[in-house]
This record gives sequence, C-alpha cells and structure tokens, in this order.
Amino acid sequence: MGWTQKILRVNLTKGTCESEPLNMQWANDYLGSRGLATKYFVEETDPKVDPLSPDNKMIFATGPLTGTASPTSGRWTVVCKGALTGAIACSNSGGFFGAEMKNAGWDMIIFEGKSAKPVYLTIENDQAELHDAGDLWGKSVWECESELLKRHGEEGRVASIGQAGESGCLYAAVVNDMDRAAGRSGVGTVMGSKNLKAVFSRGTVGVKVKDPMGFMKATGAAKKILAENAVTGEGLPTYGTQVLMNVINELGALPSHNAADVQFDGAAQIGGEAMHAKRETDGKANLVSNAACFGCPISCQRRSQMDPNHFTVKDREKYHIVSGGLEYEAAWALGAATGVSDLETLTFCNFICNEYGMDPITLGSTVAAAMELYKVGAITDKETGGVSLTFDSPQDLATICEMTGKGEGFGKEIAMGSKRLCEKYGRPELSMTVKGQEFPAYDPRGIQGMGLTYATSNRGACHLRSYTVASEVLGIPEKTDPHVTEGKAGLVKAFQDATALVDASGTCIFTTFALSMEDIAPQINAACEGDWSTERCMEVGERIWNMERVYNNAAGFTGADDTLPQRLLKDAAKTGPAEGLVNKLDEMLPEYYSLRGWSADGVPTSETLGRLGL
Amino acid sequence: MQKSLLMIPSKCTGCSQCELACSYAKEEAFNAAKSRIKIFDFPEKSRHVPYTCTQCAEAWCMKACPVDAISEDKKTGAKIVSAELCVGCKVCTIACPFGTINYQQDTGKVVKCDLCGGDPECVKICPTEAILYVNADATGDARMREWAAKSDEASDVTPN
Repeated sequence: MGWTQKILRVNLTKGTCESEPLNMQWANDYLGSRGLATKYFVEETDPKVDPLSPDNKMIFATGPLTGTASPTSGRWTVVCKGALTGAIACSNSGGFFGAEMKNAGWDMIIFEGKSAKPVYLTIENDQAELHDAGDLWGKSVWECESELLKRHGEEGRVASIGQAGESGCLYAAVVNDMDRAAGRSGVGTVMGSKNLKAVFSRGTVGVKVKDPMGFMKATGAAKKILAENAVTGEGLPTYGTQVLMNVINELGALPSHNAADVQFDGAAQIGGEAMHAKRETDGKANLVSNAACFGCPISCQRRSQMDPNHFTVKDREKYHIVSGGLEYEAAWALGAATGVSDLETLTFCNFICNEYGMDPITLGSTVAAAMELYKVGAITDKETGGVSLTFDSPQDLATICEMTGKGEGFGKEIAMGSKRLCEKYGRPELSMTVKGQEFPAYDPRGIQGMGLTYATSNRGACHLRSYTVASEVLGIPEKTDPHVTEGKAGLVKAFQDATALVDASGTCIFTTFALSMEDIAPQINAACEGDWSTERCMEVGERIWNMERVYNNAAGFTGADDTLPQRLLKDAAKTGPAEGLVNKLDEMLPEYYSLRGWSADGVPTSETLGRLGL
Repeated sequence: MQKSLLMIPSKCTGCSQCELACSYAKEEAFNAAKSRIKIFDFPEKSRHVPYTCTQCAEAWCMKACPVDAISEDKKTGAKIVSAELCVGCKVCTIACPFGTINYQQDTGKVVKCDLCGGDPECVKICPTEAILYVNADATGDARMREWAAKSDEASDVTPN
C-alpha cells in the first residue's frame, strides 16, 4: 500500500525490460522517490563511475504518496550521478507523468547500460517495451512529446529530452508534460548518454493506501491548512514563485550581473506583478493563468503567452502558444543574473529551455559568467565567433540561449556550464558554482543561511535542499535574522532532513510553506504499512542526507568542496540592507559538521553512520 | 429538491483531485483513468474543463438499456447502473450523446456518475469551487447574477 511494490528494470545495452519486487526493507528505511531511488543507486553503482558512461545508472522514481489524493501528489524524481557535478544528482519534477507512471503500477524504473541506437520506452500498465527512436532523435521536447502522444494515445504522459540532452549540454533536463522539468545537475545529459529519448506512460491500475478513511482525513486536514495559508492559498496561486522577485531584491539578496551586485534595477519589470500587467505593445498580459500539477491545490504554475510581435518570436508561430511561463529562479537566472530586464525576452528564453530541455538556472548563470568574461576581455568576438555577449542585452541573451539549445557555435561552450567555461578561459573565480553547479536566486551575503545551504548541498549549489529563505525572509516556521549566522547551522540541518523526507514521499516541497512534519507524517502513516511517526520521518530524512553525503565522499568530494565562490566570501554587498556584508560561512560550517555528527573535515563518523543504520 | 452538478471551467486548475476522490469512492483506488468525472485539458488555451453525466431527465442511456439495468434514484435524480443487471452490451454508451457512460473492460460493465447518493465526492474535494452541487432549478443563477452585476446606469432604459 502506498508503494506498488514493483520495479521495472530496463537494460538498454541488452534491450530488456524486467519486473522485480521492491525491496521492502529499503522502502521502510528510505520511504520512496529521492530516498529509495538513491538507496538503489548507491548499492548498484561505483561512486567513481564516469557520469556519462553506460555504468552510470538512472532511476525514475515515485514516492508512496505519488498518484494519491495527497495534496501535491504529482512529484517524481530522477536519480543518477550528475553530468554537471559528478555528485549524486536528484532532480524532481511535477506535472502528470509521475502519477501516470505510478498508476501504471511502478514505484521505479531503473535504467542501466546504453542502447546501441536511440530508443524510447513505452509503459502501459504492466507492459513495457523499447522502440526505435531514430526518427525522434534530433527533435525537441515539444515535437517528441506531441508525436508520442499521437502514436501511443493522447491520454498518456511523456518525459523526454530535447536536443540539449542529445548533444551533451551538461545541464540538460528531463522534461515532462511539455514544460515541467527535472531540471538540475544534468540528469537529461545522462539520459541522452544512454541513447534514451523518451518514456511514454499510461496507467489505469490504481494506487491504494493502507487506511483509506484515515488517509482522506489526513490529506483533507492538510488541504485545509494549505488553502488558509497566505503563501500557499494566495501568494503562490496569484504570482507563482515570482512573488519573491521584489521581496528578495528589496532585501538586497538578488544577485545581479554574475553576482557582482546584490540588487537589480530591473527587478520590478521581470517579477510576478509585471507578468500580470498589460503590455504596452498589444494590451495583453504576459500571464494567461495559473495551473496545477497533478493533485495540487496550490496551482502555482505560470501559463504565459508572448507578444507575437516581440523580436524573438516575430513570424515564429510555434512560440505564439500558451506555455510554461517564468518561475522565479528562471526569471532571476536569465534576467537579473545577466542584467536583462525585458520580460518577453526572458519568457522566450524560458520557452527555449523547455523546448530544447535545459536547466534555466545553470544556463542563465553561465551566460552571466560568459558576459563577465566578455566584459573583462577574457573572451572576445574571436572566441565567440562574432557573437556579442554584453550584460543587459536582450538580443545577446536570446541569441546565445537559442545557440546553446541547438548546440551551435559558442553555444557549445556555454553548454559546458560556467565552471568549465571560466576555467578554460583562465578566470575560474567568475563561476558562481558549488561542486560544479550554479547557485540560484538568493545571495548568501544578504541571506546568510543560504550560504551554508549552497555549500553543503549534496547535489551542488541549490535552494531546494534547505530553503532557509522560508525562515530568514518569510518567517516560516519562525523568523530568523538573515544577516546573522548564529543558529543557522541547526536551521540548515533541520531543513535538509525535512526536505529529504518530503522529497522521498512523492509530494512537493512547496507544501512546507504551510505544512509541518506533523501534517505530513500522518499522510504517510495512513498510506504506508508500519508506524510513520514524525520522529521516524525526521530520522529517515537524516538517513537520506547522510547516505548522499557518504556517496559524494566516496566519489571524491571532501570538506574542501563545502565552500562558496570567492566573490560571496570576499566582495561585500555594495547596496541595500546587506551592504558591507560578505557570507560568513566559516562561522557556520564547523557547527554544522558537529551537529551532523561529522568529523571536522566533513566525514560522517562511524557512530553517526551506526546510529542511522548506514 | 433535486440538485445538479454545476461545473465552472474558468475556475478549474486541472489538478485532478475530483478524479482521485471519485475513483476512490467508486473503485477503492486512486485511479483517474476510472473516474466518472474527467478533466479535459486544452493547454493551448490554458483551459481545463471538468465533465461528467448531467443526469438527463429523459435519459437516453436508460431508455436504450435492454435489461433495465439503469434506474432513477428518485431522491437525487441520478441515473444508476446496477452492476448486477448490466450485461455489458454497451448500447447505452452509443445512446448517450455526451459520452458520459462508459464500459470497463476488466468488469464487463458500464459505469457512470451516480451523484454519490446526493453528496458528490468531487464537489467536496475541489479546491477551487469549480464543481458545485446546486438546486437543479437554479443552475443558471450564478451566471445570471454575474451578468446582472455587469449592468450599470447606462444600460437602464426608461419607458416612454
């Protein structure tokens, strides 16, 4: 119950699809999705594996709550060793694909090996089959998904890679339902390296829970809390994650111009309110409506439609549709980080990310790094092939984003990510990365806890591993001072463990703006066999976190990698409330290690591992 | 008083919670594919439309059934399929102009919305009030009120 207790193992080298029972001991220890898939992954792969070799595995996973009536039950996860980072990668996505896969009767799909030629997988309940994808290779996410729905049934759901995943862009995404994405760390690159183009899924089996009455009561109570909460009941449906743009800018924590600045003059033009405003050009708003992922009462998705006469899309009808609009992270990375304040250009670049299958955070931040390299003369028109890369230029941004998606010209170099790009041109300090992954839209000089979050994130810099912004900015569950380091080590640890558990459940981390573990544990308890107390849930979260850490250490990472770009540690914020501050990571990291039960150089002690059963 | 389901597509976000509640009530599993109410997505217009049986007063499915397996619940007005009597001939699925009565291969029977005995699960679970259960004589009231509210003094006509 909760779990389907079935795994599909697809060997791409041999071309076989086999069903096997779920290891229930592991399910009890790691719950599902992020936790359970990572357990399978670390048990089955060598930590030193080259991410792009056939020996790297890739797992599509659902959680026990995926596909149920739990609020936000549409989440699913891709786990592998990240192409961008070489660290454990775990990217999750919403939309409808995950619930469809679960409803077909599968907790997980483990992909191993590499197909000799491009293939795609179809799943229709217990029937799984590999098909030749020769005619789909080279097609975009949008083209591939449309074709597979036509071929195998409009009621099904598709997850696929675009040209970026095929051509080896190191931050390619796996995109499902046209514009929902497992975006970070290059999980789509790994999928492409296996010559796997897409997965089509259709399920009519049904998902059951242990205690239906108790489950409807627990999920009903959670829905009521979500509806009555100001963030999940009002802010997110109205403005999406873009509700944050002006808030974070005013706080002086919106990195701009490759994090040279902490505030952006154009913030108001690219945020949630701007998406609602009528355009001067055609009198219509960028935002058409919000929409929901499977099972989600919050409905934070943005549906946007561009001005058809905008220079990026004039006479290009495929971009005149209503499609996935800007989320805060994408608007920041493509906009504030590059200095571009034209909402329509950013919407176009976001469409490009969905169409070609790329992570907009790493793309935007890498373009920003390239713009700084160009500004300081480390690269010139000679290296870029004549492509101008000027900060604040919508034209330059649109051109290079499209070239990157297509893998053309200097776009091929942008496709490496900023770490490799900046190293290649002799300015490694201009890459805003941790463990090879670009940090997102919160400046750790203005929000101290986010520095520790980025530095210790197991998948490279990321906000979705411990979103201390909730506490430091929004006051959830309680307000802490964003400029103070005291107490942040404990805050980060608590957020990391809770987030790991929520990810493992198959629900969305956005619920935690309103729900506490006391609201989530009863849902798991009513769905799954066994006794799922709040304490057990937190312990599972801590176990998942340590498992990921142990894997990364075995892969070659050390405490020395738990750091931040020098700019954040040395160059003080120039404006705003955080003016004069740098991130004081050294005040937080030793305490964090100590609270985690790790050695002074970041290795979990044998006592800690024993306590967690690792 | 009989009540009717009133669906308001402009309020629907496409979250599928109605399909989940319906399928759990009728199939004892969360299974949108077997829900009696279905959400149809029109992504190019960003529109989501819930759709199910409107319980016709003169129900063509009921008239077409050769074994009288479909009867009316006098309290709610719902047309109810008896799984015991249904022989799976599918004639009702041809008779229904709206496609809201459907055959299920695994049971060999047809299924349709039965208004949950007068307490529809889809209505209770919908997070945006896109599905309402209202007086059957007044399904247009909310829409009339909406239009009425749009009128102003300029639309007043003074008779001569």
